[in-house]
Amino acid sequence: MKVRISTGEKVFRVCNYIILTLVALVCLYPMWYVAVASVSDSNRLMAHSGPLLKPLGFSIASYAKVFANPMIVKGYGNTLFILVVGVFLDLIMTSLGAYFLSRKGVMFKKPIMMLIMFTMFFGGGMIPFYLTLRDLHLTNSRWGLIIPFLISTYNMIILRTSFESIPVSLTEAAQIDGAGHFTVLFKIILPLSKSILAVMVLYYGVGIWNAWFWASAILRDRELYPLQVVLREILISNDTQAMGSGGGDAEAIAMSIKYATIMVATVPILFVYPFLQKYFTAGVMIGAVKE
Amino acid sequence: MEGNSFKVRLRKDFRRNWSLYVLVLPVLIFYAVFMYKPMYGAVIAFQDYIPARGVSGSDWIGLANFQRFFQSTYFVRLMRNTILLSLYSIIFGFPAPIILALLLNEVKNRKFKSLTQTITYLPHFISLVVACGMIKDFCLSTGIFNDIIVLFGGERSPLLQNPAYFRTIYTASSIWQEVGWGSIIYLSALSGVDSQLYEAASIDGAGKWKQLLNVTLPSILPTIIIMLILRMGSLMSLGYEKTILLYNSSTYETADIISSYVYRIGLLEQDWGYSTAIGLFNSVINCVLLVITNKISKKCTETSLW
Repeated sequence: MKVRISTGEKVFRVCNYIILTLVALVCLYPMWYVAVASVSDSNRLMAHSGPLLKPLGFSIASYAKVFANPMIVKGYGNTLFILVVGVFLDLIMTSLGAYFLSRKGVMFKKPIMMLIMFTMFFGGGMIPFYLTLRDLHLTNSRWGLIIPFLISTYNMIILRTSFESIPVSLTEAAQIDGAGHFTVLFKIILPLSKSILAVMVLYYGVGIWNAWFWASAILRDRELYPLQVVLREILISNDTQAMGSGGGDAEAIAMSIKYATIMVATVPILFVYPFLQKYFTAGVMIGAVKE
Repeated sequence: MEGNSFKVRLRKDFRRNWSLYVLVLPVLIFYAVFMYKPMYGAVIAFQDYIPARGVSGSDWIGLANFQRFFQSTYFVRLMRNTILLSLYSIIFGFPAPIILALLLNEVKNRKFKSLTQTITYLPHFISLVVACGMIKDFCLSTGIFNDIIVLFGGERSPLLQNPAYFRTIYTASSIWQEVGWGSIIYLSALSGVDSQLYEAASIDGAGKWKQLLNVTLPSILPTIIIMLILRMGSLMSLGYEKTILLYNSSTYETADIISSYVYRIGLLEQDWGYSTAIGLFNSVINCVLLVITNKISKKCTETSLW
């Protein structure tokens, strides 16, 4: 079917492309600026003003400084530990809860569901939560960044919805053969839920990767700082000692170290994300399904 | 009779499902310890709480902490800042992804569409700390925003030190970071709109604008409403993390919100009872707002969370 396009519509289409291109440029340019600045010569960068389109000279000296910074290296290590252990435990706990909530004919399911849902809308607040962590001696420990955050109720509800869509006939057959709930969950339900579990890994993983607030609130020992807390010292508090700069043109070097730090902390994520994009978007859609 | 049958049902349920309850036990313990215990712990809002004496040993002082907050010089400022920043986020931040989704939906060129989508999602994957680090840097008096201001004949100034700009910087950067990601959900709603509706509308002579008003928007309205309710529920709890990362003592005038104040006097100055009271006040308002929005929406559009 060939539809004639009116002039008004042509104008609209052209404007639409222009607007969207501008939006895309605005989203992209800050990262480009940081990338270009990070490999620029630090003294020329300092003297430059105005938008940057390509590197001013070329120097990877700031990257060498970033990788030589023990705080960054340790921060990466701590984040990786929390990420691997945390995501693994998060998945187990979330699956247990989601499995329970997806079963039918369980007497206490409804009250438990309500108790869980309630926490999405009301909570004790920042201070009582902190005091709870302190009472449990979870402060100043990496476990304090894992255990109190094992379950995101939102994620658990998403997972439950997905578990519910698995045909009952599959689990019933296994139960008739004498399989208990543990077997049903780990041998039947979870293997059938690989793609939603991938979404969960990404959601929990990104959450842990980005988290900084509670780490900065409960950790006193700098050795335990995850990457984002180190980044905060460098990027926000402007802590030159944390940067490992010093000597020579300290200010100029500090600036390019900042940009290089941003790259080191962000590129791994930006590099993998286009490949994982479909899982992320799938997660958004599932989350959108109304209860 | 009834009690008896309840007991029978209970016994039957446990015999059938005991292993299921064992399985869910760690989850229940988690909720008890990390969700409900802090909720109980919030009673220190009504106490002159002294950690060494604990909840049971501290003196009850009724609503004194709340009174102290309502009468403090910061009360008006905190309320105003919290409400204004939230309103900014809703008025500018809420429609932005919807508009982006509508524009993207009109694009016929697939490659252009998916490339634009991928690029606009990008800022979402920059961590908050890094994003705020970039914002801080760009707002320096030697930063790129000032370079642009000078280009248009303005004067250089450190933008993040100026209380007049804080809300703009906060809101604009949030839109920058989340507009693409937020549009996903609306794009999926848009892809579900029956194309026959458009054909019928265009046969009736409806132009693009009329189609938008009469076909597109009504079709994605439920999605919009749900997102709006959720947004209203967190109206007063918005991003203390971002505020804490971006503000400084020279911008408290416009930047300090209730939750960042709770953080300062609670975690930094350790005035436990008082800060808990303020936090509790904030949570209660949030809860009430959510219930009200939900109710209004249920009445007007028959869409609701519960």
